[in-house]
Amino acid sequence: MEGSPLLRQVAHQRQALFDEGLLDEQFVQLEELQDRTNPNFVEEIVTTYYQDTSRLILNIEQELERRPLDFGRLDGYVYQFKGSSTSFGAKKVKAECSLFREYCRAGNGEGCMRTFQQLKREYATLKRKLEAYFQLARQARLTQTASPPG
Amino acid sequence: MENGFSSPRSESFPAGLRVLVVDDDPTWLKILEKMLKKCAYDVTTCHLAREALNLLRERKDGYDIVISDVNMPDMDGFKLLEHVGLEMDLPVIMMSVDGETSKVMKGVQHGACDYLLKPIRMKELRNIWQHVFRKKIHEIRDIEHENIDIIQMSRNGSDLDDGHMYCGEDFNSKKRKDFDKNDDKDFGDHSTKKHRVVWSVDLHQKFVKAVNQIGFDKVGPKKILDLMNVPWLTRENVASHLQKYRLYLSRLQKENDLKASFGGIKHSDFPPKDPAASYGHQSSINLNQNDVANGYQFCGSNFVAQDAETKNNEGDLKIVSEIKRTLTADVSDPQKMRSSQSFSHSFASLETEASYPAFDSTNPPEFSWSENPETQIKKEHKTHLQLEDGYSQLPPHGQQHQIPINQLQSDPAVTSVLSLTGRDMSGSIEIKPLFNECKSKNVSHVSPTESAIDTFPIQTKSQLINHQSFEPISTVISSMKPQGFNLSITDLESCQRNLTSASDPNFAPINEDLTVWLQGDYYTMNFGQSIDFIDYDDPGFLAEVPFYLYDPLTSDFQCPIDSTTECPIVDQGLFIA
Repeated sequence: MEGSPLLRQVAHQRQALFDEGLLDEQFVQLEELQDRTNPNFVEEIVTTYYQDTSRLILNIEQELERRPLDFGRLDGYVYQFKGSSTSFGAKKVKAECSLFREYCRAGNGEGCMRTFQQLKREYATLKRKLEAYFQLARQARLTQTASPPG
Repeated sequence: MENGFSSPRSESFPAGLRVLVVDDDPTWLKILEKMLKKCAYDVTTCHLAREALNLLRERKDGYDIVISDVNMPDMDGFKLLEHVGLEMDLPVIMMSVDGETSKVMKGVQHGACDYLLKPIRMKELRNIWQHVFRKKIHEIRDIEHENIDIIQMSRNGSDLDDGHMYCGEDFNSKKRKDFDKNDDKDFGDHSTKKHRVVWSVDLHQKFVKAVNQIGFDKVGPKKILDLMNVPWLTRENVASHLQKYRLYLSRLQKENDLKASFGGIKHSDFPPKDPAASYGHQSSINLNQNDVANGYQFCGSNFVAQDAETKNNEGDLKIVSEIKRTLTADVSDPQKMRSSQSFSHSFASLETEASYPAFDSTNPPEFSWSENPETQIKKEHKTHLQLEDGYSQLPPHGQQHQIPINQLQSDPAVTSVLSLTGRDMSGSIEIKPLFNECKSKNVSHVSPTESAIDTFPIQTKSQLINHQSFEPISTVISSMKPQGFNLSITDLESCQRNLTSASDPNFAPINEDLTVWLQGDYYTMNFGQSIDFIDYDDPGFLAEVPFYLYDPLTSDFQCPIDSTTECPIVDQGLFIA
């Protein structure tokens, strides 16, 4: 089939996301929700996620600049971040959030800041890879007129 | 909503389940919406708790279940949970990323029927309908329980003389329409009798006293428990009772408002004979009048009130049937219905005992909480209710009961909105005046109870109402029955006795019912079992009864219920006479 290599590529990329620990089971759940009426459902969700979390990232950054640090508020933001991240299975980001929360609870400012940097990195990586994946998947779909892999 | 449950959804239950999802996280909101839609549910989403409450209040009966996140910016999820439970009595499921035991426990304590951890899977959402279903069943069972209790009470012939418990339970709460058909099959099994706490008049009085002491706003189950100083009572018992009480108060409030507007509508003319539809559900108001007689019924027959079929006479029956309805929700168990009917029947026995039987047979099995069974009962009641002649007087009485109920019922929405006004039932049961007036002489004691009871149980609305109503009734009863009407009267006979004594505001039977009702754990009452109300069919009973009914009726039959009770709610199935 024509799109075959493309489809295979998409499948491969998708699998890599799981293998690298970027995504977990929840992502599959969302994929299963996707259907004809909502062929881009997962992508829509992820887009909503970026919008919401970019705001959170700003909030956290602001909080981290305060002196003294308000760990309670910080924890609140991270909690939300974590909640959103679980929605589509952003595994690594979620793990960083959990760690971040631990530091908040421990009142460890240093740990918080370090973890936050790590969190941002993971977040950026995920975003990049997911976008590439979705793009490829869309392409494959167009070529194929078949449903995306997965 | 009159016949409550017969919503179109019922055929395909759980499809079409109306879910309200509340979550401030837009990502999750989208996902949940999608998932729930895939389950063929009818989904409404909102970001804020306040928005959710508004939606719920606007459409009183617009939703079956609420799913809410714990953490929300404008209002704590637990608070929302409490509000929903009290005002609307809907099952609420909490969600959170955080699975800490303390949080989960808090959720349960606040009344959540489930606590889901995010990420949430589809399969978890598929089964949420069980909570809706369960609630209905419980309502029914509670009603049945009540009926049983009532019967027992009357049997005991305790000194109920005054405490006529008005079992005006409002079964209408079974508004869970979608259930009626589908769930019947399940009802048959009531064997799981739960261990329930019987909220006797005294106990309830203690409760109310404690609540007042603490201050209604600051009240909490733990505090109440401590103040009450009842060793065998658990915090859970108090919590659930408190919940009901709150609801009851709201209802009361509503009722009063309604009453004011009504002004004694129904009250005035109790065409006792009018078995008319009012009995059934919606015409609860009508029932009031006739219901006087039904008042008796009230005790037992609440169950069926739901159906308009039974109309007026049944009004009382309605109440009873209402109660029964709830009980009978177990449609699957016609037995119950029968019993309930008999129960009411007994009360109503004044008249037509015969008709009763018909009831039984007709109970449509599927009436889970729905009216079917009840209707059946109602019908029966109707006949019975025909107290008309002697009883016509009764209706006022019954009405009283009904009125409150009706009021409650009249507005399902209202009921839901019941704002806990903190009316203080405490101890004095405001309702009391109602009765007193009505009954003036004889029934004096009864009145308060009745009113209370009426308002309470009759709530067509939610199941919770049933529960709730119980509470106030206790109070009422207690107040009503100065002498310690023992709520625990489950002896119909005693009721009967009371009735017979005519001179004595025998509301007792009714009260008994009420008490009965109050006492148990409404929620868990597993009535279901064959209540042998049949005792009531004592003709002698009838004879007596009227009299107190008369009095109140003739005298200032306060029947606030009647008039005010728009009883539409009652129609729902409350026994609105």
